[in-house]
Amino acid sequence: MKSGDLLAFAARALRGNRLRSGLTLLGVAIGSAAVVMLTAMGEGANRYVMRQFEGIGSNLLAVVPGKTETHGASAFTSVTTEDLTLEDAEALRRFVPEAQRVAPVSMGSETVSHAERSRQVAVVGSTSEFLEVQKVRLGRGSNLPPGDLRRGTAVVVLGATVAAELFPGADPLGGIVRIGDLRARVIGILEPQGTQLGMNLNEVAILPVAKAMRLFNRSSLFRILIDVRAHADLDAAKERVRALLAERHGEEDVTLISQDAVVESFSNILRTLTLAVAAIAAISLAVSGLGIMNVMLVSVAERRAEVGLLRALGAERGQITRVFLAEALLLSLLGALVGIALGAVCVQLLVWLYPAFPARPPLWAVASAFVLALGVGGAFGLAPARRAARLDPVAALARK
Amino acid sequence: MIRLEHVSRVFQVGDSVVRALDDVCEEIRTGEHIAIMGPSGSGKSTLLNVLGCLDRPSSGSYQLDGREVSALDDAELTLVRRHLIGFVFQTFQLVPRLSALENVELPMLFAGIPREERLARAAEGISAVGLAPRAEHRPDQLSGGERQRVAVARAVVMRPRVLLADEPTGNLDTRSGGQVLELLSGLNAAGLTLIVVTHDPNVARRAQRTIVLTDGRILRRLAPDAVTASVVAGGSG
Repeated sequence: MKSGDLLAFAARALRGNRLRSGLTLLGVAIGSAAVVMLTAMGEGANRYVMRQFEGIGSNLLAVVPGKTETHGASAFTSVTTEDLTLEDAEALRRFVPEAQRVAPVSMGSETVSHAERSRQVAVVGSTSEFLEVQKVRLGRGSNLPPGDLRRGTAVVVLGATVAAELFPGADPLGGIVRIGDLRARVIGILEPQGTQLGMNLNEVAILPVAKAMRLFNRSSLFRILIDVRAHADLDAAKERVRALLAERHGEEDVTLISQDAVVESFSNILRTLTLAVAAIAAISLAVSGLGIMNVMLVSVAERRAEVGLLRALGAERGQITRVFLAEALLLSLLGALVGIALGAVCVQLLVWLYPAFPARPPLWAVASAFVLALGVGGAFGLAPARRAARLDPVAALARK
Repeated sequence: MIRLEHVSRVFQVGDSVVRALDDVCEEIRTGEHIAIMGPSGSGKSTLLNVLGCLDRPSSGSYQLDGREVSALDDAELTLVRRHLIGFVFQTFQLVPRLSALENVELPMLFAGIPREERLARAAEGISAVGLAPRAEHRPDQLSGGERQRVAVARAVVMRPRVLLADEPTGNLDTRSGGQVLELLSGLNAAGLTLIVVTHDPNVARRAQRTIVLTDGRILRRLAPDAVTASVVAGGSG
């Protein structure tokens, strides 16, 4: 029996009971569509997060005092033990050619007030480079003035919310705010920002680093942020920074955190999640195999006389197996095609509704949905097909 | 040429042993027309199944065209059925979703005959039973007589040596039954060995000989004019 004839015969049998075939096919289609859609959303989430990180800058390297083994943590929450000084920052700026910008950061919490209004905010001491390194945009006014790290003027750049709260209905630019026991002139206001890695940049006051350190009475920096020229230079930059600071401190007492590590661990988490939802979807696809098996068993029972006839006409056992197996495989093949198309359409619809969410079914998921559906059809179709082939022709014909 | 020697077929039903065929010996010449009669449970169907290679004798020898087929395995018996034997059933056994033409194609489909040849031979077969205008009709669009004629066309499309008919007119009225019998007689006249199982003495009288079975044994062999309802019924007593 030729395979074309076999498929035609199987397709004929499936069309003989459209509703039943259709429902079984739908079961496979839903499973396949689930695989496609869930993985598309997982990948979409992954891509979305990556895009957010790219906004912050994947070339960012943070130098944190103390030898902490924190991986993937927010760059603002680890413990500081050893000193990291402004001199270190200057040395990095001078001797690390891969560093495009170096921003020393001192940080604390302080009450900022103007007239009768006051507000507890995060106070960041840094340089003009802080905004560039953090990819934060200035809304109005000017950035911190460049110049000697160790001497700062009493000026401040405010986050959008702080500015609005402290100067209701007035122009904050040129206004004087009190930060702890320091008086500083407002020279710039940040654009309203989203939250970046746990830091609300709407609720900050940015001072020259020397002023902030004096305000907090500290000699050590919170950290030093380095914007590496090119992503490819990141490892070289890391090495040079580590060596330079080890030489200056006499021991290796800093930790380097790159966005890479953070991005990578996020990406790993999301990839694992994608695999997990794909596995769940795959289970629903596998369950649809039970539907195939059920329908094929019913079909074999109903077509006993037909099987008996075919055997009497000279159909071999193997041919009977292949006829029923072909039906199961056709069901799962069509189901997979319909399901993949359905899933793709739903994903497109989602992207159309939420353009910011870059959902796209990964090729491996489409391929595995297809292969899995066929595998399920074959696996669950085999037992009914063999049952049909084992029927005794005399008994099969005798029963009406 | 069919030769049965001491053929028995024994079934185990629960604790008891049923001898559906009990030491049957018979010879049927090529081209002969034989009727098999006997009451229900006399072993007619079992004999037909054995002759048709759907079933194997428990003991004894069955030679078909000089070849011992009682010892063949399932795969070999399948090939014997495919090439040497045609079946016609009381209930027609047409595949309901297929057209008349496609039903006639079926045996050739499983024999791997190419499509063009299949179509040509099926069309020829359908014409030979006078149903060319209805070739595209499905079984449920055909009368009983037409269905059985399609079944006859299908039974002979592989050009078998033996045609086995199990109550071929059992579900038909006299007129369409007559047409089917004419068809079968014509095939027999062309050299096909024809074996018909029937309850109907009128059907049996068309055969050259009638074998009457009772309790799995051959009770009588009758010439056509000796076949009467009473002789057959009396045999069961």
